Amino acid sequence: MDNLYSQTARALKEAMANDGLDPRKILDQLFNRIAAVDSRIKAFVLVNKNAAQVKTGGALSGIPVVVKDNICVKGEDTTCASKILKGFKPPNDATVVRKLKEAGAVLMGKANMDEFAFGSSCETSCYGPTHNPWDLERIPGGSSGGSAAAVAGDEAIMALGSDTGGSIRQPASLCGVVGLKPTYGRVSRYGLIAFASSLDQIGPITKDVTDSAILLGAIAGHDEMDSTSVDIPVPDYTKALVNDVKGLRIGVPKEYFIKGIDRDVQESVKRAIEIYKDLGAVVVDISLPHTEYAVSAYYIIGPAEASSNLARFDGVQYGLRAEDAKDLIDMYIKTRSKGFGNEAKRRILLGTYCLSSGYYDAYYLKAQKVRTRIKEDFEKAFKACDCIATPTTPTPAFKIGEKANDPLSMYLSDIFTIPANLAGLPGISIPCGFSSGNLPIGLQIIAKPFAEETIFRAAYTFEQNTDFHKKRPAL
Amino acid sequence: MSTIDKNAVRHVALLSRLSLDDKELDLYSGQLASILAYISKLNELDTKDVQPTSHAIDSLKNVFRRDIKKASLPVADVLANAPSKESDFFKVPQVIEGK
Repeated sequence: MDNLYSQTARALKEAMANDGLDPRKILDQLFNRIAAVDSRIKAFVLVNKNAAQVKTGGALSGIPVVVKDNICVKGEDTTCASKILKGFKPPNDATVVRKLKEAGAVLMGKANMDEFAFGSSCETSCYGPTHNPWDLERIPGGSSGGSAAAVAGDEAIMALGSDTGGSIRQPASLCGVVGLKPTYGRVSRYGLIAFASSLDQIGPITKDVTDSAILLGAIAGHDEMDSTSVDIPVPDYTKALVNDVKGLRIGVPKEYFIKGIDRDVQESVKRAIEIYKDLGAVVVDISLPHTEYAVSAYYIIGPAEASSNLARFDGVQYGLRAEDAKDLIDMYIKTRSKGFGNEAKRRILLGTYCLSSGYYDAYYLKAQKVRTRIKEDFEKAFKACDCIATPTTPTPAFKIGEKANDPLSMYLSDIFTIPANLAGLPGISIPCGFSSGNLPIGLQIIAKPFAEETIFRAAYTFEQNTDFHKKRPAL
Repeated sequence: MSTIDKNAVRHVALLSRLSLDDKELDLYSGQLASILAYISKLNELDTKDVQPTSHAIDSLKNVFRRDIKKASLPVADVLANAPSKESDFFKVPQVIEGK
């Protein structure tokens, strides 16, 4: 088998089982690949050269996995790409990391991200931006940009990201890989450093849909350490990988094909829907009328919850502490002002404002009510269809620096991914085309709560009948 | 919904335990004002009789567990990341005014 680093986990598992492939060879090749290309991509904030397999025989036995830098790995630097957490070594593994280790996976490193997952471009990282493997002058998306770029650049077999408003699906789309945000409550967040607790979810970023199903199966399930994880059985997701969408009702919401959407994106997604029709799916026109309010609601709820979650970074228990403080409050202020980057400060200010006395009802409560409307839109739509197909992002990857000074235009790049977070629904992004500039385009498929199997069936069928996922960037 | 001026940003910064220099104050006042202007779009919607959603999963209620004694993290592990410590404690600058 050539180029082990460009293989899927499924292919490597077969080679280990049938041809006696030594898993150390996979790791060695990945480290060589990282040495060759990561100075240009900068997907990693930590490469663990001493990574070792702690258990054998599990679903991911011998498979190296990269995790986003906001997921705790015991004893390994976990910083959320923020100066305020530099040097933090968690005393515990996140539940997903424990599960990966138990499944035989090798935790090979930490991926770059927007600071505290605040961003859609990976530019707010304190380590500097990650570059899109398809065009090094462009952003990989965010906030799980390091995870997506590592998989797209064949520096990783598979990776974990986290998704609060699109942070798995958007970078997967812009990097031409597969990214799944599971249903809220499907995967434990214990050990995920919190951004917005009513929205955050951990999920897989992989080279194909099969690997997505394998990785989700390994990390999903109830966990008493996360009271929002739901206690329902985890199915064998690989059984949902069926090349057949006959009779599957796919809803296409008119609100996702709006003015301002890139022409190549629109055409690729419409073509994808035609492919589904040809494969026997039933395409249904639907409406999600409150879509245009999702970004507004999200940029109240997300920052409000973040401002509260980030109160814990005060220089007392871990991370940075500013020197020369004259008293305790002064120490908090100096530490936080020095430790947080611009976007983190902006969101803390915005969130604190929306929660402050006199504004809570007008902002936070109002946003939560609009959230109800958005959720009801989906409930109504799912009476007429089994899943919903949309573009993942309004445009392909933009240039590094292009939106860095315009937060609002950055926020609008999540316009198609945010609604699924607000409604708690599972959503996947799969490659469905390329722009005229040879940049990847993603198709998003959203389903009902805990209907990941429907997503896998639809996504797998598309993948089996197209070649977009097989293309790799020239590096 | 209202817009946000420099004084309001200064106040929110204090609540957030952040200090902003004049340049940052200018930058954030302008940016937050334009974000809030965009967000005010929500006022187009009548939500008088709508229940707020704080959580996407309807079935999830309070979660209780048996009150059973369990080992907690060793103190040494808890303090391992502390920027400043003394014996078994986190050490912080003086809180109470002293002599």
